[in-house]
Amino acid sequence: MSDLTKLSLEAALDGLKTKEFSSVEITKAHIDACMDAADLNAFITTDFTNAMKSAEESDVKLAKGEGGALEGAPLGIKDLFCTEGVKTTAGSKILGDFTPQYESTVTANMKADGMVMLGKLNLDEFAMGSSNETSYYNPVINPWRKDEDLVPGGSSGGSASAVAANICLGATATDTGGSIRQPASFTGTTGIKPTYGRCSRWGVVAFASSLDQAGPITRTVKDAAIMLQSMAGYDAKDSTSINKDLPDFKAACGKSIKGMKIGIPKEYTMDGMPKEIENLWQQGIKWLQSCGAEIVHVSLPHTKYALPAYYIVAPAECSSNLARYDGMRYGDRVEGDNLYDTYERTRAEGFGKEVRRRIMMGTYVLSAGYYDAYYLQAQKVRTKIAEDFKQAWEKCDALLTPTCPSAAFPVGRKVNDPVTMYLNDIFTVTANLAGLPAMSVPAALDNNGLPLGLQIIGRALDEETVFAASSALEACAGFTAKPEKWWV
Amino acid sequence: MFTAERVADKKDWLSGRDHDWEIIIGLEIHAQVASNSKLFSGAPTAYGAEPNTQVSLVDAAMPGMLPVVNEFCIEQGVRTGLGLNAKINLFSRFDRKNYFYPDLPQGYQISQFEFPIVGEGEIEITPEDGEAVVVGIERLHLEQDAGKSIHDLSPNETYVDLNRSGVCLMEIVSKPDMRSPEEASAYVEKIRGIVRALGTCDGDMEKGNLRADVNVSVRKPGGELGTRCELKNINSMRFIRQAINYEARRQIDILEAGGEIDQETRLFDNAKGETRTMRSKEDAHDYRYFPDPDLLPIKITQAYVDGIKASLPELPDARKARFVSEYSIPEYDARILTADKAKGDFYERLAKGRDAKIAANWMMGDLFGALNKAGIELDDSPVNSDALGELLDLIGDKTISGKIAKGVFEKMLAGEGGANEIVERDGLKQVTDTGAIEKIVDEVIAANAEQAAKVADNPRLIGFFVGQVMKASGGKANPQAVNEILRKKLGG
Repeated sequence: MSDLTKLSLEAALDGLKTKEFSSVEITKAHIDACMDAADLNAFITTDFTNAMKSAEESDVKLAKGEGGALEGAPLGIKDLFCTEGVKTTAGSKILGDFTPQYESTVTANMKADGMVMLGKLNLDEFAMGSSNETSYYNPVINPWRKDEDLVPGGSSGGSASAVAANICLGATATDTGGSIRQPASFTGTTGIKPTYGRCSRWGVVAFASSLDQAGPITRTVKDAAIMLQSMAGYDAKDSTSINKDLPDFKAACGKSIKGMKIGIPKEYTMDGMPKEIENLWQQGIKWLQSCGAEIVHVSLPHTKYALPAYYIVAPAECSSNLARYDGMRYGDRVEGDNLYDTYERTRAEGFGKEVRRRIMMGTYVLSAGYYDAYYLQAQKVRTKIAEDFKQAWEKCDALLTPTCPSAAFPVGRKVNDPVTMYLNDIFTVTANLAGLPAMSVPAALDNNGLPLGLQIIGRALDEETVFAASSALEACAGFTAKPEKWWV
Repeated sequence: MFTAERVADKKDWLSGRDHDWEIIIGLEIHAQVASNSKLFSGAPTAYGAEPNTQVSLVDAAMPGMLPVVNEFCIEQGVRTGLGLNAKINLFSRFDRKNYFYPDLPQGYQISQFEFPIVGEGEIEITPEDGEAVVVGIERLHLEQDAGKSIHDLSPNETYVDLNRSGVCLMEIVSKPDMRSPEEASAYVEKIRGIVRALGTCDGDMEKGNLRADVNVSVRKPGGELGTRCELKNINSMRFIRQAINYEARRQIDILEAGGEIDQETRLFDNAKGETRTMRSKEDAHDYRYFPDPDLLPIKITQAYVDGIKASLPELPDARKARFVSEYSIPEYDARILTADKAKGDFYERLAKGRDAKIAANWMMGDLFGALNKAGIELDDSPVNSDALGELLDLIGDKTISGKIAKGVFEKMLAGEGGANEIVERDGLKQVTDTGAIEKIVDEVIAANAEQAAKVADNPRLIGFFVGQVMKASGGKANPQAVNEILRKKLGG
């Protein structure tokens, strides 16, 4: 039975449809795997009883030849998505035992398509972090552990770890500055952040509204296409949702990229970037060339301002978005001597260090007298970065870059050095600032045997090109390595 | 256009120790949009509902909830802007105003800070005791209301009612163009008349659906502007005047004692009739305004604005001008009768097919006087336009005299029935039968033979006889007929 956990989502859905196995069987196999993998700390909340119930319901539908696009598939949900009747924490103490009475649009779409939800996956607190170490519910461990515990990346560390360890067929994630792609790169999984506005943000706990975007982490490019197809779609409840029909993402996978122009942005060569990453990038260029793509060199001159701009815009929005966690209506409250004392105690004890740091930075950059110098300037940078991309699209159809400047690092290594930690996002934040679709594909192992990813960035609304180029990379790279199963 | 340079009428100056003072006033009016649902959620806006029953997940700021703009509210903002003769901005944007308070669930209020939907405009006001004044409108923007904190239900706890949370308000900001408490209340009256005519706000000040923040400063007439204080949330015309009077005097006393005015926000205590500090400038919040990333900017087209413009009802100023030309009533009367929609509508129903001037006099004198005394709104008047019209018709066809009609009106107010019914019942019909009048005249002349003889020399004495005849007829004799007969008989 344990073989069922090794399937791709695509293969599992096929097997369910052809009744090779039942949803109850594959769900049970994953529940067992989840229980074995407790050391990874990938889940904050499991919901196995309801998972088995949904599996039974799916089996009834499948038996009748009915069911949706995800019918009977056991998946994990990042604990940033509100789920009706299931505790939602955002990785924070402050939400306490908060249990929503509503279902996020993304998970509602997936439930309508027949998903079996195994539980809620661990993450950096309020999705703020690049290592999953800021979670109140303790760090997630990367299954690619060698001699010491490694981080899975963040903020979607639980999602990436769970998919890499074969305890979920796929998982939802969110990406504000790289939170899907960086953990995917660290764990040898695949993750796409679609165009801003493709997935509804309704019911997703907000970090930075203008940057947050949901997407899947899966084991293959096609699996990501299948999941995104279900997650995405226009939602009138989110004013920034895009009212456009979805293309057939799965059909785009495997499409020939002959003649496709792939841009190589020269500014993504970073001082001190490990040679292996530089080499992998060159290898990626060769792979795409071998598939018939044409390589063009492009310039994105404002790239160096992206990270500073991101670390102004994102904290600014977060400082306001997190104001609602005040202990008044839900979540934890720490009583104080008076109203403001109650606010201070509640928020000082309810939020972790990194969240407090970002709230303070955001409050500072929005303050009277600083707004123009920081927030407004950062918004201008954002416009410049979007213009850089626009010019690049005159020369190419997609960009190829490394996903991250390093492989997974040990737990505790960077957590007290925020600037080094923030550098993890250097190649990923630009796509968030410009709202573009971007995907990380596992491409190789480094000298220490740890996975590294390559990133494809596409035009707004052109996920199809991203899927086509990514599946070409996937085919060339032939990345089949799996972590040694040390956790049982 | 009047600006800060306008100096108040001397009659509005306040006397001081060394010199006179003038008051500079600007207003921010919060008018609740008459909408069935809130600005960013579908929750209903029913007034007086059980606490926390008109609240959606968005209004309670549950995690992951997002605002979606209610287009009806945008339209009402544009309508109101057009009613204020103001510039409509085709691009506007919602910003977040950040501060913590338990009745503000999001921890920020969504408002329009940098790009309001309506820009500059102007309206003309005429205070009770003065000349017409043009008041500049600085802007109108849309924003959400907060919930309500209830401090008096428990000694140790504050309760929060979120029913109002998210309700759409229009904040109408004037320029500091008013110079007296009367101008300020006339301005509020005018704005109220406009929004009610437009139907964009019900203008109900008692329910708090229209309330004003008043900025007051004093200066030497025509001199440098002084430091202002903001008086928060005043919800009646009378309180506005009281608060300004108190505040201006307070500021003058401080300045004359050599002190300085602290720029601060003050509360008006309507029981004591005084203002007191709410928060000083040092406690002022840094609201950290920034564009709300959950909402797209509001982009409207000129065609959309033109469409709304074409559908606007007649506004008080236009109606006033029409009343003057159509009904030939004085400008003063027209202004009072068009101050709000209900009055204008009442008047038009009353004046139709009748003597328009008499209709105006009856409404403004007898009817408004009686309603004022009883503290009743026109809409709740025990005598409606049809009933009053019936009375005026009796005067018009000389069934009763104007004087008798006053008595009938009192009885109508007391609920004794319609005009015809009362006149019939009490036998008040005017006597126009000349035979009957002649009989009374003869009797009166006979009883006053001495006076009658003097009429030829002193024609003014005829008035005495008219009075006597009217008295003898119980007021019912037609005064004109009495006059004619008396003149014929006495040769006056």
